[in-house]
Amino acid sequence: MDLTGLSLTTITLFIPMIGLVILLFMNGETQRDNIKWVAFGTSIVAFVAAVLMWVNFDPSVAGLQMAQRNTWAEVSLGESVINISYFVGVDGISLLLVLLTTFIMPIAILGSFGSQIFEERGREKLYYIFMMLLEWSMIGVFVVHDLIIFYVFWEVTLVPMYFLIGIWGAEERIYAAVKFFLYTMAGSILMLIAILYVGNKSGTFSTYSAAGDVGVIEMVQSYEGEGSYWDPAPDEEEDTGFLLSSVESFLFLGFLVAFAIKVPIFPFHSWLPDAHVQAPTAGSVILAGVLLKMGTYGIVRFNLTMFPEAAVAWAPTIAFLGVVGIIYGAWVSYAQDNVKKLVAYSSVSHLGFVVLGIFALNSQGLQGATLQMVNHGISTGGLFLIVGMLYERWHTKEMADYGGIWKMMPAFGAISLVISLSSMGLPGLNGFIGEFTILMGSLGSKYLGFAFTLIATLGVIMAAVYLLKMFQHVFMGEHRNPLSDETRYKLQWNEIAAFIPILIMIFWIGIQPIVFFNMLDISVDSIAALFAP
Amino acid sequence: MFETPTIADFLAQSNLSSTLPATFLALWTLVLVLVDLFLPEERQRWTPILACVGLGICFVANLFVYSPAESEQIALYGMFVADAFTGFLNVVILVATLIAILMSWDYLNRADIHRGEYYVLALLSSAGAMFMVGANDLIIIFVALELLSIPLYILAAFRSIKNDGSDLALKSEESGMKYFILGAFSSAFLVFGSALVYGATGTTNIPEIFLLAGGIAGNVSSAAFYLIIGAALLFVGLGFKVAVVPFHMWTPDVYEGAPTPVTAFMSVTAKIGGFAAMLRLLVTGLAALVIVDGEPVAWQATVSLVAVLTLVLGNFVAISQRNLKRMLAYSSIAHAGYILVAVAATGTAGVADAATQSALVYMLAYMFTNLGAFAVVMSIEREDGSGGNIEDITGLARSRPLLAMAMTIFMLSLTGIPLTAGFLGKFMVFASAVQAGLFGLAIIGVLTSVVSAFYYMRVVVNMYLRDSSGDLQPALETSAVRWAINIALAGTMVFGVFYPLATNLVSSVSIT
Repeated sequence: MDLTGLSLTTITLFIPMIGLVILLFMNGETQRDNIKWVAFGTSIVAFVAAVLMWVNFDPSVAGLQMAQRNTWAEVSLGESVINISYFVGVDGISLLLVLLTTFIMPIAILGSFGSQIFEERGREKLYYIFMMLLEWSMIGVFVVHDLIIFYVFWEVTLVPMYFLIGIWGAEERIYAAVKFFLYTMAGSILMLIAILYVGNKSGTFSTYSAAGDVGVIEMVQSYEGEGSYWDPAPDEEEDTGFLLSSVESFLFLGFLVAFAIKVPIFPFHSWLPDAHVQAPTAGSVILAGVLLKMGTYGIVRFNLTMFPEAAVAWAPTIAFLGVVGIIYGAWVSYAQDNVKKLVAYSSVSHLGFVVLGIFALNSQGLQGATLQMVNHGISTGGLFLIVGMLYERWHTKEMADYGGIWKMMPAFGAISLVISLSSMGLPGLNGFIGEFTILMGSLGSKYLGFAFTLIATLGVIMAAVYLLKMFQHVFMGEHRNPLSDETRYKLQWNEIAAFIPILIMIFWIGIQPIVFFNMLDISVDSIAALFAP
Repeated sequence: MFETPTIADFLAQSNLSSTLPATFLALWTLVLVLVDLFLPEERQRWTPILACVGLGICFVANLFVYSPAESEQIALYGMFVADAFTGFLNVVILVATLIAILMSWDYLNRADIHRGEYYVLALLSSAGAMFMVGANDLIIIFVALELLSIPLYILAAFRSIKNDGSDLALKSEESGMKYFILGAFSSAFLVFGSALVYGATGTTNIPEIFLLAGGIAGNVSSAAFYLIIGAALLFVGLGFKVAVVPFHMWTPDVYEGAPTPVTAFMSVTAKIGGFAAMLRLLVTGLAALVIVDGEPVAWQATVSLVAVLTLVLGNFVAISQRNLKRMLAYSSIAHAGYILVAVAATGTAGVADAATQSALVYMLAYMFTNLGAFAVVMSIEREDGSGGNIEDITGLARSRPLLAMAMTIFMLSLTGIPLTAGFLGKFMVFASAVQAGLFGLAIIGVLTSVVSAFYYMRVVVNMYLRDSSGDLQPALETSAVRWAINIALAGTMVFGVFYPLATNLVSSVSIT
């Protein structure tokens, strides 16, 4: 099949780039009002393009759709020449995450309209340029299937986020930005070595087969010799030494560390509270909404498919770290007085569920995990929007300074309640669907014991505890700090506009999840089939 | 029976036409020195313009000589080889010289030390570098190295010709002196090494050394001993030139004291010349130096060790530097370490060509990026030499947004973030290291680039994330240095996005 023609995926990917170029040629001073509209318009066009992709997507077909593959460069490694190709396309998992990205971006941009950070720090044009660069690189991460180009997009996401935190963040922004940059770069650069090894061994950087070339995943899965593809001549003591002696295990870890830092999986989470708390509202929304999902997506896309044996061997360990993350995140979250930190740690807890679902290594777990990535993006993105709006009005992140806000802003209170409930997994809302499916998956997993599910379930209860604590402190009780400007109690039009799509999605996924599960079915099954006997 | 060679024989044997780019540049400097002598005071700017014209002609000549990529031409009775390797590095050297001359024009005017000799020396040094990349004989390596270095000693001290007793003049003098003494010292190593290798093999021709070295090193004899010691001394001599640990001590002082465009120029051309000679020596000449199980392991282990030391020391010491030029000096040591990773990878059988190509791509990327970074540093430096500290660029994003953006891209490229040329270079180098089985070296390489991210990003932090308390800095530089920055920026971006441009250029390089 000829894949060199322009595909819809490419169009969606490069729409933010077009917006970026337009922004570059605008004048930051005289056209200040138009800049945000260009950025917003671009993100809406990208969303429409993503929806068009959904319309064109055939959920009954396995493999990549709307694919495009052009050779980009030829690199000689020793005697062989390896192609780096521009290879994009979507399956159900990619498509869902592209939809999430393009859905969150307009909301994040709307949420930054008229924000005080521009009064203080200015440079509005630069801000939206980085937003566009961020959107481009995030979509890129989710649609490319060439390891080198994947790495390019993966690393490029760092740059705009670094500037978003560093220029428009809170007081400790420089520390947070540098920590974010170095921490995530340290993880991902080891992945580069693993990628180079994979390319060197298999002679291609493409993960899927296309246009006559066999992709890495295909090679791994069709290998029928001694040992596995990565360890053709296994040691005698393979059973005891696999975790630390096999090539596959090292490659698995090379990829996993990069992804685990991004997710973050439990001991690698220390950059996250700093980055989240210091980032501007839109930065936090995008961090929680999309960037963290790059890690879990990477695990599903690369770790499970390219190194299935290592995935099985490591599954209990990583799932254990996931469960520790669930409990630890919830526990620490409860202890916070800073409302933004509370939401930040709740991400550690929620993504623990995703990790658990992934390493259940069955189709239920994977489906739940993928849907939970979207749910977390919507709910936690929404929570960060709420925190941002509170901060715009009261200039504090301490819960003790709030109180009684429901009385003054009833609509805002109601919206916040729905979003909090969705985050804690109330049946009928989106969070429940994801967490329930994950727990079902882990219960039925061949590789995980019953205790994993049991402890994870405790996490659901703990989520209710810390989120209700937050809600009580902020919205209930006496109103302690009245605003001097009465008109600020009203929600602005852009704030309402940002919440509406979030609420729609919360109910839609909660009530009709089958729409989204359908999209995932075949793609997830093809991965889960690797782990079924 | 001895026959007197005819002119025709001589021309055929010497094959001067294939050395045309290098010889032309050398001749052009002679013309330039004469022209400069007769130029009236108010037409002084003609010297740099003529220098640039010379570079342009040389570039065209280079295209003609090296356009049949497959052909490898031997010239000067086998002492000079004109192949794709030479052609590619010639281009890199020419572009580097062009950028450096653009920077110099501005600098010399600001410092009020405008002398035509400056450009003559710069071109002479480039000619030396161009002879060096084509050197096929130990003698030529030595002669070219001196031709490359001696003008650089003078250039490093150039600021001191206006002896106003200022700190700048003194530092420049110190820089030139230090560079001269240590440079002469390292040349001695090189000469002694050449002598020992000649003593062992009876030849100074690199391909002939290759033919003989395997047989000599295979036996235990005094010749084998001389060969190994000689090779080690050659490595030390070249190691001084390219500033790898532990032969790097001179670098920070020399780089800091020399006029900024000279620092930029020598941090690129001297390294390119040195690494070219090192690659020719190790890959072409001494590939079979010490054979264990059919693979030449001895110098690979040595080079790997030196590479690790260079990477670790260069990157870690750069963290503590407050002066931008000193920081870039240590960073240039670190970058020599990355090129050494590729040199080490050439030691594995079958990887030599790929690793050589990766080293070339790395040098190309490093040339654009490093010159660009120095050009930015130069444009914010003040008359009295102040303004080159890391605090002085605080808030640059507000006062000079375009300059700050350019510097950011250079810093990202030096770190090796994708979409810049630096990433392509690092990617190629680590790919060849992985291919060569040097996993430990590759892992140390990537981890030290995370360390390097710390100090490179600190520059960005100061430019973008902090606001300056002081006044806006006035633009000091002229359009010449802006052109230098633009060329460097274009190179960094274009080669960083369009990988085939660089990979196709080097794909026919083979020096085994």
